Amino acid sequence: MPKKKKKKARRFYDYSLLFTIVFLTIFGLVMIYSSSSYMAQINYKGNAGYFMTRQAGIALAGFFLMILISRMDYHWYARFSNLAILVSWGLMIAVSLFGREVNGKKRWLGVGNASFQPTELVKITVIVAMAALITRIGRDVDRMAGVARAVLITMPLAIIVAANNLSSGIIIVGIGFVMMFVASKKQAPYILCVVAAAVVLIFAGPIGHALTAIKILQPYQLTRINVWLNPEAYPTTGGYQVLQGLYAIGSGGLFGKGLGESIQKLGFVPESQNDMIFAIICEELGLFGAMLVIFLFVFMIYRFLLIAGNAPDLFGAMLVVGVMAHIAIQVILNIAVVTNTIPNTGITLPFISYGGTSVLFLMIEMGMVLSVSNQIKLER
Amino acid sequence: MIQSKSHHRGKMAAVWLMSSLLMAGLMGRLVYLMIFRSEHYSQMAEDLHQRERTIKAARGQILDRNGTVIATNRTVCTISVIHNQITDKDQVAETLSRTLGLAEDEVRKKVEKYSAREIVAVNVDKELGDAIRNCHLDGVKVDEDYRRYYPYGSLASKVLGFTGGDNQGIIGLEVVYEEWLKGKNGLILTQADAAGVEIDNAFEDRVEPVAGADLTISLDVNIQTYAQQAALKVMEEKGAKRVSMIVMNPQNGEILAMVNVPEFDLNDPFTLNVEPQEGTAASKQELLNQMWRNPSINDTYEPGSTFKIITAAAGLEAGVVRLEDRFSCPGFRVVEDRKIRCHKVGGHGAENFLQGAMNSCNPVFIDVGQRLGVDQYYHYFTQFGLLGKTGIDLPGEASTIMHKKENMGLVELATVSFGQSFQITPLQLITTAASIVNGGNRVTPHFGVRAVSSDGETVRKFSYPVREGVVSAQTSETMRYILEHVVSEGSGKKAALEGYRIGGKTATSEKLPRSLKKYISSFVGFAPADDPQVIALVTIDEPVGVYYGGTIAAPVIADLFQNILPYLGINAEIMD
Repeated sequence: MPKKKKKKARRFYDYSLLFTIVFLTIFGLVMIYSSSSYMAQINYKGNAGYFMTRQAGIALAGFFLMILISRMDYHWYARFSNLAILVSWGLMIAVSLFGREVNGKKRWLGVGNASFQPTELVKITVIVAMAALITRIGRDVDRMAGVARAVLITMPLAIIVAANNLSSGIIIVGIGFVMMFVASKKQAPYILCVVAAAVVLIFAGPIGHALTAIKILQPYQLTRINVWLNPEAYPTTGGYQVLQGLYAIGSGGLFGKGLGESIQKLGFVPESQNDMIFAIICEELGLFGAMLVIFLFVFMIYRFLLIAGNAPDLFGAMLVVGVMAHIAIQVILNIAVVTNTIPNTGITLPFISYGGTSVLFLMIEMGMVLSVSNQIKLER
Repeated sequence: MIQSKSHHRGKMAAVWLMSSLLMAGLMGRLVYLMIFRSEHYSQMAEDLHQRERTIKAARGQILDRNGTVIATNRTVCTISVIHNQITDKDQVAETLSRTLGLAEDEVRKKVEKYSAREIVAVNVDKELGDAIRNCHLDGVKVDEDYRRYYPYGSLASKVLGFTGGDNQGIIGLEVVYEEWLKGKNGLILTQADAAGVEIDNAFEDRVEPVAGADLTISLDVNIQTYAQQAALKVMEEKGAKRVSMIVMNPQNGEILAMVNVPEFDLNDPFTLNVEPQEGTAASKQELLNQMWRNPSINDTYEPGSTFKIITAAAGLEAGVVRLEDRFSCPGFRVVEDRKIRCHKVGGHGAENFLQGAMNSCNPVFIDVGQRLGVDQYYHYFTQFGLLGKTGIDLPGEASTIMHKKENMGLVELATVSFGQSFQITPLQLITTAASIVNGGNRVTPHFGVRAVSSDGETVRKFSYPVREGVVSAQTSETMRYILEHVVSEGSGKKAALEGYRIGGKTATSEKLPRSLKKYISSFVGFAPADDPQVIALVTIDEPVGVYYGGTIAAPVIADLFQNILPYLGINAEIMD
C-alpha cells in the first residue's frame, strides 16, 4: 500500500456533499413520517411518529459516526478488510441459520429488541476489501489472476447474500463490477457484460418462457416476470404492490397532491415507508418533486465523481467509486422497481426509505467518502 | 499513478455518465407515468379509494282527498360510535346509556369494541338524537334517517299498507305507488383507507337525494273514520269475525273509504292485532299475512241476493222481463230435477217483477235467469265486467270464481241468478252495482288521484278506463227505481233515512260449507237514488244471532249515510 507523507496543508472538506446528505436524510424523515404516520397510528396505539422517531434516532447517531469517520485517515481501516470479510461471512452464515424470518426470508439478525441486517455490512465490506485488493494488485487488475481474486472476494459473498436477498446480491456484484471497471484499463469485456445484461432485461419475457420450458426457471419466477410485464393482470396476487405504487405515482401528476395528502399511503401501498416510499413522494410532490429527488442523487454522485477523481491515492479513489457504485445502483434499481421498469425486488431508496441498518451503514460510507475528501489538498 | 489516474478518471466519468443517463431514463419513465398515464392511474386509484354512501330519499307523503296527510315520514336517528375517535370512553358510555335508556355495560362493550363503526341504537327519536349531538362527544355519530309514520295509526291500514326496512312498500298502496313514492336516493362519495375506514375531511362529492312524489288519493279520512266506527260498532254488537265496508263514488270509481275491521297498527305492523288462538299451528308469518289481508279485494264470497241487481239488469237489458211482469212464488222453484227454495218458506204468492225484487224473491230471479238462458246470461255477466278483475290500484286482487260456460246447466244458471254457486270480491260487487245504477258506465275503482313531485313542478293525474254503455241509460234508470223501492218499501227498509232517497239491496250469504251455518250479511246502498253520488257496501262476516242482511247490514249503511251524506253536501229533502 503506497504511503503518503501527511502535510499540514489546507484540506478540502466537501460541504456540498455533507449538505446533500443532511438534506436527503431530513427529507427522508419527513417522507417517512408522511407515509407511515397513518398506519403507525393504527398499528402502534396512536403513535404516529413511530417509524420517524426510530429512524431519526439512528440517523442522528449515524451522523455523528459519519463525522467521526470523516475525521479519520481512511487508510487505517483498510487493514481490517480481511477481518471484515471474515465477520461478514460469520454474520451471513449466522443469519442463514438463526436469522429472524420475515415473509419467508431470513434477513434479520436480532438480539432482543435490536435487530440488524448483515447484508448492509457486507456491502461496505466489499467496497473496502475491493478497494484494498485493487490497490494491492496494481496492474494485475487487467490479468486473469487479478480478476479471479476480485471475483473470489465478491462472488461467494454475493451468492450467500442473494440466497435470502437477491437484490442485495445484485448490488454487491454491481459494486465489485463497477470498481473493477474503473480500475481496469480494458473496456470491451465490461461493456459486453453491460450489453448482455441489458439484452436479458429487454427480452426477459421470451427468455423467461424459454427457460421455464426447459425447466431452469421455476413457474413462480416466471410469474414474477409476467407480473412485471403486465401488473394490471395480477391486481390481487403478485402485482398488488407494484400496481398500488403505480396508482400512487400516476395520481401524483405534475405537482402532486401536496405533502401529507397521499391516499395510497393509507394502507394501500403496503409498508409505504419502505421500498415504495418513492411512489408516495411522487403522489404527494408530483413529477416536480420526484425529479428534484433524482437530481439530488445525480448531484450526490457527481460529488463522488469529483472526490474520487481528486483522491490523493488509488485506495481513496476506489473507496469513493465503490460508494458511488453502491448509491447509484441502489437508487436506480429502487426507482426502476417502483416505476415497474424492472421486475419487483426489494430495494430501499438510500437515505429516504425507512431502515435503521441501512441508514447507519450509509452514514458510515458517507463518512468514508468525506474522509477521502478531507485529504484532498487544495493546492492541487 | 499519475498515468493510471487519467484513465481512472475517464472510467469514473463514464460510470457517472452511465448512472446519470439511467436516471434520466427513469425520469423519462416518470414523465410517461405521471403525465401521460396520470389520468388512467388516477382513475383506477379513485375507484379504489371511493366509497359510496347512500342518502335515503324522503318517501313521498300520502294525502287524502282533502289534503290531510295520512302517511308521512318521521326523522329518526341512528346512534353509532367510532372506536378510534373516542377520547373519553367513560363519558361516552355513561351519556349514551343514560340518554338512550340502555344498559351501561352493553353500551360500554360497543364503545370498547375495536371496529370501524359500531351501531348503538337505531330509530331513536329526533329529540334524543339532537340531545346526544349537542353533547359533542368525540367518536359519537348521530345519523338522521327517515322512517314511515302514519298519523292515523290503524286507519285504512289494509289499504295504505306500510314500508319495510329499506323504506320500500310491503303491502297496499305503498307497493302499487312505490315508483312514485320512493324518490331517488342521493349519494355521498367519500374516500376510504385500505381497511375501508372513511377518511375525515376528505373531499366529498354529494349527489342530493330527490324526495318521492306526494300521492293524493281519493280516500276521505272523515268518511273512512265514520265507516270504521260503524263497522266496529256492528262487529262488536253482532260478535262478527270481520266487517268490511267500501264507500265509492259510483260516477267515477273513486273510493272514499275502504274499511276492513279489525284493522292493524300501521306504525307497528309486525305485532298481531289478535291473540293467536290456542292450538293453531299457523306460524307468526302466516298470522301476519292473514292480518294484513284486505278481504274487500283479496277474498271472494258468494254475493247472495245483492247479485239479483245484476240478474235484474241483465233481464231488463235483454228485454226478457218488465217491471209489471207477473210471477208467482210457491216458496220454491223446480229446475230440472232440483227443488230450489225461496227464503220465505211459504212463498211470496203472486207478485210482479218489482215486488219480486222488493221481496228478494228467489223464484222470480230464477225465472228471469231461465228466460235469459245460459248464453245470454253469460254474455251479460261478461259485459258487466264480472269475469275479470276490477283493475283497482291495490295489489293482490282476487279474480271471480265462476262456472265455465260449457259446464253451466240450468241448475247452475238458477243458482247464479240469485247470487250463489260462484264467488266474487266485495269490490267487484260494488263496482258492478255502481256501473248499473250510474247510467251504465263500467268504472274502474281506484284510490290514486294524482302524484305531485317534491318540487311541486310535475303533476301527474292518474286516469282510469271507463267502459260506457254496459247497460242502457233506460235500464239503469229502471234499476235505480227498483232499488229505491227495495229500501223504501221492500227488504231493505232498515236502510231508509228520512229525507233521503236511498236505493239498495240486501243479502244473506251462506258460507261454504253450508252445513256450518255461518253467514255473511251484506247490504249495498246508494244515494241519492235518482242520481247516485255515493254507493256503499257493508259485509258482515259471521255475525252471531240474527244474520239477515236486511236486519243487521242495512242499518249500518243508514247509519253511515246519515253521517256522510250531509258531509258530502247531499242534503235531506224536506218531505211532507
